[in-house]
Amino acid sequence: MRAALVRLGAMVTTTVWRLGYASRFFVYLLAHSGTALRRFRLTVREIYFAGVLSLIIILVSGLFVGMVLGLQGYDTLQRYGSSEALGVLVALSLVRELGPVVAGLLFASRAGSAITAEIGLMKATEQLSAMEMMAVDPIARVVAPRFWGGVLSMPLLAALFSAMGIFGGYLVGVVLIGVDEGAFWSQMQAAVDVRNDILNGVIKSVVFGVAVTLIAVFEGYDSVPTAEGVSRATTRTVVTSSLAILALDFVLTALMFTGGN
Amino acid sequence: MNRSTIDLWVGVFVAIGLGALLFLALKVGNLASFSTAETYRVDARFANIGGLKVRAPVKSAGVVVGRVADIAFDNESYEAVTVLRIDSQYKFPRDTAAKILTSGLLGDQYIGLEAGADARILKDGERLRITQSAVVLENLISQFLFSKAAEGGDAKGGK
Repeated sequence: MRAALVRLGAMVTTTVWRLGYASRFFVYLLAHSGTALRRFRLTVREIYFAGVLSLIIILVSGLFVGMVLGLQGYDTLQRYGSSEALGVLVALSLVRELGPVVAGLLFASRAGSAITAEIGLMKATEQLSAMEMMAVDPIARVVAPRFWGGVLSMPLLAALFSAMGIFGGYLVGVVLIGVDEGAFWSQMQAAVDVRNDILNGVIKSVVFGVAVTLIAVFEGYDSVPTAEGVSRATTRTVVTSSLAILALDFVLTALMFTGGN
Repeated sequence: MNRSTIDLWVGVFVAIGLGALLFLALKVGNLASFSTAETYRVDARFANIGGLKVRAPVKSAGVVVGRVADIAFDNESYEAVTVLRIDSQYKFPRDTAAKILTSGLLGDQYIGLEAGADARILKDGERLRITQSAVVLENLISQFLFSKAAEGGDAKGGK
């Protein structure tokens, strides 16, 4: 009984301690990202690894999600005789929710885990300590470029996901099923607002990008420098960032889409 | 992989990413259609605006000529005051009538303008005098029921 209480207490304090450490880490990271932005080549390299290499999975998933939305949406809408609203349904659900959220989840498992594993392995093989010995700040040289690479890639990936999904919905709805093409696009254009829907979607994807990449670099930097520690850190990155995305999505949606309108 | 190849790929990635954003803004959203054009404002007062919302379209002869910019309540006349923002390429006479209409049976509400015959043209900040409120379904049903009841009463009284 007592041992269980002790374990519970230890778990709570460790969590709070790590939260505090992560916040301190985030502030330090922001303060020392000068190098990453001045030597932009470093960040470009990380955009390649986080963004370009995630392109295939994002594009293919976006296409399929849009196609499924087209099929399911048509099935439901035609019961109410409003299958022309298919474009609105596909575009709004992608731009507002699915684009940022699913792209964020994919990004966390594709790029976030890679970042954690890379930094964790650098720590396990003492490359980070070696850098410190040479008076190179590992946060400025290793962590910050990865962080900014992820943050810059994420909104572009989410936009690509949404665009690809709308194309998938168009493919199924208009080309395959035969919804009227003019109504598909014009109803979509009438219903989707640039500021309320698209800009808010972009804001969401930026927030998710910051959250996922911060969690990924922090877990890597804070990992136990053993093979097991790195593998645990990678798992934690995917789990924590997926939960963070879904929780943040709820908060952001509540802030953005419940006023007026 | 050498540096210039990475740069090339990142360039391609950023370009198609921005292209996707542009596609969303122009083709999916309605950025191109209206927001940059010059507009002028007119107000219209309605006894009841029903479910009209800010940013609802203002149409004349079915063509979108503007949007509802603001909706407020006048606490002296107990009327709804709507501010319409009309594209300045469209000119209307001063005795234009504004009606609140519904697109389709269950669609969104919009303001329909019917041009009058006045020679003078509406200017910025003027008011549309002739307005017709939204049709409220409950009022319509109760009118129908009352008229039916009245008919029934007449028929009985006549016997």
